[in-house]
Amino acid sequence: MTLATALPLRAAFAKETTIGFIYVGSRDDYGYNQAHAQGAAALKKLPDIKVIEEEKVPETDAVEKTIESMINLDGAALLFPTSFGYYNPHVIKMANKFPKLRFEHCGGLWTEKDPKNAGSYFGYIDEAQHVSGIIAGHMTKSGKLGFVAAKPIPQVLRNINAFTMGAKLANPKATLQVIFTGDWSMPVKEAEATNSLIDQGVDVITCHVDGPKTVVENAARRGAMVCGYHVNQAMLAPKAYLTGAEWNWEVLYPRFAKMFTSGETISNFYRGGLKEGLVKVSPYGAMVSETARKQADDVKAKLTDGSYVIFKGPLVDNKGKTVIASGVNRGQTDPELEKMDYLVDGVIGATS
Amino acid sequence: MKADVLSGIDQSGKYRRAALREKIGSVAEFVIIPTLALVAALIMFGIFVALFGKNPLDLYYYMYQGAFGTWFSWQNTLTRAAPLILTALCTALPAQLGMVIIGGEGALLIGALAATSAALALPGAPPLTVQIAMACAGMMAGGLWIALAGALRQYRGVNETISSLLLVYIALALLNHLVEGPMRDPTSLNKPSTREIGAANMIGTIPGTDVHWGFAFGVVAAVLSYILIYHTVFGFAARVAGGNVRAAKVVGLSVGRLVLIICLLAGAAAGLAGMVEIVAVQGRTNANLAAGYGFTGILVAFLARHNPLAIIPVAILLGGIGASGGLLQRRLGLPDASVLVLQGMIFVTVLASDALYGRLPFLARKAA
Repeated sequence: MTLATALPLRAAFAKETTIGFIYVGSRDDYGYNQAHAQGAAALKKLPDIKVIEEEKVPETDAVEKTIESMINLDGAALLFPTSFGYYNPHVIKMANKFPKLRFEHCGGLWTEKDPKNAGSYFGYIDEAQHVSGIIAGHMTKSGKLGFVAAKPIPQVLRNINAFTMGAKLANPKATLQVIFTGDWSMPVKEAEATNSLIDQGVDVITCHVDGPKTVVENAARRGAMVCGYHVNQAMLAPKAYLTGAEWNWEVLYPRFAKMFTSGETISNFYRGGLKEGLVKVSPYGAMVSETARKQADDVKAKLTDGSYVIFKGPLVDNKGKTVIASGVNRGQTDPELEKMDYLVDGVIGATS
Repeated sequence: MKADVLSGIDQSGKYRRAALREKIGSVAEFVIIPTLALVAALIMFGIFVALFGKNPLDLYYYMYQGAFGTWFSWQNTLTRAAPLILTALCTALPAQLGMVIIGGEGALLIGALAATSAALALPGAPPLTVQIAMACAGMMAGGLWIALAGALRQYRGVNETISSLLLVYIALALLNHLVEGPMRDPTSLNKPSTREIGAANMIGTIPGTDVHWGFAFGVVAAVLSYILIYHTVFGFAARVAGGNVRAAKVVGLSVGRLVLIICLLAGAAAGLAGMVEIVAVQGRTNANLAAGYGFTGILVAFLARHNPLAIIPVAILLGGIGASGGLLQRRLGLPDASVLVLQGMIFVTVLASDALYGRLPFLARKAA
């Protein structure tokens, strides 16, 4: 088979839509990339859809070349470059170069000045973190929670804050110690951070890094309880895994594929939380108490029907400054939340 | 008498021809042996892939198609090769002096930071001025970074391999600190970055291609390095010092000066690679820059046996492996790590093939 014979072959199957997925890390990282790969796997089950995947593509012009290669050599029509750092300038450049193809980027970065064939989607995963925090607050015996985080950027701070506020609903005296590792994939530092948190008496640990495997396994080995992130990590620590905040790309990607093949327009700025089914909470572990389940389910139901606001005033940060005034409700779509630069009261740690 | 002179001329002609034959033989060795090593690595990789139930012939076909099979594939390959030529020089040049510098990644990051700072310090200047300033700043900063490792070795006896490697981590920490702190664009919320240098200041691609100018810079730098090392007195002095430091000192060569200048040039090459990444690809500095070009450059330099000219084809080869890696993942379902396995096999076979020099019967040097 040469390229010359491959091309007519492709034309013969023109009804088939080829969808390309690009991951920054490995697709079985028990984390960010695996969540996307699970979404891609859900697409593979659909008829007339062909999924092609490439992993460990760095956020350089390599991703531009991968996109072009998927288009030129595989005939991809819809592309999912899933890493945050792919968007500017790489995805924008490619969307301008191939105006007839569709680019769906994860991270919610699209603005009016960007190409119309580039969309950006993201999930309000802090809702799932909030529910996860409630479980953690109930289950902790020491009242000390730990959070291993990558960078003090708005998205991460929002997760830390939502988790802490959930925990404080269950246990108003609970505190959360945060450690920033400085980058998205630092297994050695993540293990050190986990150990040091446990040494300080922390008994429930969660994280926001690309691959939570290190944190989850280490915490479980040291006898602490764990709340997961990105995907379900229960199989890594069956006896320690309480619950976790998961992406639900298995639901979104088939939805996008259907919209794309039927010619429906996909919003350039597509967002949602528990209500829209873009995020979910891991099934509770067997050790989670009845009261914890009840309160968590209650809040989850309210978040799902849209009657619950996580970030509402009065909200004080951990330096005593009021960050959301009394009476102000910051709903999920509030752009102010995108600029979050504080840690709420109860968090031990600093953003810089 | 006359006959003697004539026979003398004849003799010298004979020697010259013999010398030429020897030279051709040794050039042939430098081509044939690495090629054999490469073929051996590809066969081993084929067996490795066959063990996983994939057809090795498919593998070779897709590798060829992904790397060199179409015009697009060629451009993909050359784009990936561009930074590697420059970062490979960062290892190959000090190697002439017998130094093992593996910190090209750090010089690249520092070069990129300096180039970005230069561009941001010159708002409104004409693009060419900005670009020249960026190139100078990037090369100076990268050069000083590696010269630091050279100076530590020359004056304090610190092992340059370790110090240049550790300087990578310092460079990365410095970059993260500046990008997340003093140099951060406040609008770069979830992806801390510096401000953009502006579309007007970006350099385009080589006309008629998708390949950015970094490739041309790399080729020019490699050729200039070759001339410097093999056709100048300075280069000769460097090679003498690399062969035997004491002999070099005895004949009065200033080894310290050689070390510093070579390290400065080496770092400047990697710094230029960083500048090109900013001005041709990223448009701003952020953590994306630490993509490992500096580390792949070490591999390129060793495979090229530190010959600046040989770096060009080797960088293209590794660029091609990178370009075809994607196709292997997509068509054969191989994990990305399989490309690393192939790179490792090539590295081992090429290094092991060192033992073959002067020992292949059909290349035996008759004059020797």
